[in-house]
Amino acid sequence: MTLLDPNVTALLYLAAAVFFILALKGLNSPRTARRGNLIGAFGALVAVVTVFFSTRLDNVPLILGAIVVGSGVAAPVARRVKMTQMPQLVALFNGVGGGAAALVALLELPHAEDAWVRVAVVFTLLVGAVSFAGSAVTFAKLQELMTTRPVVFPGLPVLMGAVLLAAVGAAAAVVLGGSLVLALLLLLLGLVAGVLLVLPVGGADVPIVISLLNAFTGLAVAASGLVLGNVLLVVAGTLVGASGTILTRAMAAAMGRSVAGILFGAFRGGSTAGSTAVSDRPVRSSSPEDVAVLLGYAQRVIIVPGYGLAVAQGQHTAAELAQALESRGTRVDFAIHPVAGRMPGHMNVLLAEANVPYESLKEMGEINSEFRTADVALVVGANDVVNPAAKTTAGSPIYGMPILEVADARQVVFLKRSMRPGFAGIENDLMFEPQTTLLFGDAKESLMKVLGAVKAL
Amino acid sequence: MDGISLLTITVLAVFVGFEVVSKVSSTLHTPLMSGANAIHGIILVGAIIVAGQATHPWVLAVALLAVVLATANLVGGFVVTDRMLEMFRGRKPDKPAKPTPDETQPDTKENTEATR
Repeated sequence: MTLLDPNVTALLYLAAAVFFILALKGLNSPRTARRGNLIGAFGALVAVVTVFFSTRLDNVPLILGAIVVGSGVAAPVARRVKMTQMPQLVALFNGVGGGAAALVALLELPHAEDAWVRVAVVFTLLVGAVSFAGSAVTFAKLQELMTTRPVVFPGLPVLMGAVLLAAVGAAAAVVLGGSLVLALLLLLLGLVAGVLLVLPVGGADVPIVISLLNAFTGLAVAASGLVLGNVLLVVAGTLVGASGTILTRAMAAAMGRSVAGILFGAFRGGSTAGSTAVSDRPVRSSSPEDVAVLLGYAQRVIIVPGYGLAVAQGQHTAAELAQALESRGTRVDFAIHPVAGRMPGHMNVLLAEANVPYESLKEMGEINSEFRTADVALVVGANDVVNPAAKTTAGSPIYGMPILEVADARQVVFLKRSMRPGFAGIENDLMFEPQTTLLFGDAKESLMKVLGAVKAL
Repeated sequence: MDGISLLTITVLAVFVGFEVVSKVSSTLHTPLMSGANAIHGIILVGAIIVAGQATHPWVLAVALLAVVLATANLVGGFVVTDRMLEMFRGRKPDKPAKPTPDETQPDTKENTEATR
């Protein structure tokens, strides 16, 4: 088989890189996002076809078989996964990508003759392994195969320090000597470090860690590009590394936290460890019928969906309730906090799946001034994102986090499972205010009862 | 390619990466993360090269494992992102999205399906 001219190959790789940039650009806007993603997929296709025609390859049938196996496993899972389980699937795909990068680097080590190439090898090995193991733990947490609470034990920081020191030592030895055994040791140390990195992270912060590990995998892929001398891998990996870093910071900022605080907060006790203390201050609780009357005769209702709604799978019922109210002439909007759901933007996806039109999903900045004109703010399974303590109580763990100003609405209705505080483990004073009504129960069941009562009005 | 050229490309790619996501709305954070996640599945290219040059059976086995993992990342990543994004669409039949030339055929079909 005659191979493509190296210049043609370079041009095709350049085209693929441009497609990736256009993909990320397209994902910036809801109108172009889907097309952007398809452009990215097309870029990937161009790159994969190019590599078959530009490199002298043996074992082609086996490689094609492996590709078929990989697609055959991943595509149906990605097609069928429930939207609420999507975060863990993204974590899983990210992890296997990191693992693949680490394996590629390991196999290339014997061919790495320059010391600087071996630097790229050890970087890929370590970061890829951290990403793989970290993503696996994230997956386990989100899938609730293990506790979602931070796992900390005495000596964890010391252990982490020891592992990192050993990893640096092994990395230096591999760079100097190129030992394959030490490279395997480095891979193992990376896996341990990945587990230790994610264990102390609490449930609510896990999405930010997925984003961070996503950036890590990007960097590992970029480094593997340096190892193989493949410009496309360098560009694509660097793009993901850079954009992933920005995205991680944006997500953390939306929660009013720092990335370092999320990763190392549990070491210092300032994390989302959460308390389970139940308050005994008096609140006004109410029946579904009362809530239905409040909603049914309101001019304007703003629904604030949160994590509890996602967990209860109540997004379809919430959409139905919005529809029922709108058919009565009530204007209904959904106010989406940047970190509502299990991942930033996750709530938008869940509500979009429930056929809530994109136009009624309002972002925090857009809707916050409108709570003043709302008759009822209906808070479903959210707590910390509407807690005024974020503005008023300087010592509070969520102090500084931007919140939805539901307190400005004439009436506030909370649908809550119990009086238990949210992830941040702090009480929400808003629940004890005179304009607040509480309806206890599972978010979906409460919504169904309210929906039934609204229809009966 | 020499080291300096690679370094130049890397640094420029960092800035492009920063620039393309600097103003994205939080609405799209999840699909963007997922899309970026799919893009690093391009490590498949590296895995194919390594597998294609493997001579020892063990090396080939590990390389093929890398191909499987990378394919899962690449294909699964784009598919799941597409699934997320196909849900971003209007509901009301009387208020269709403005017919722009970039409206693709499948989109329109799904819109009608969703409104039945």
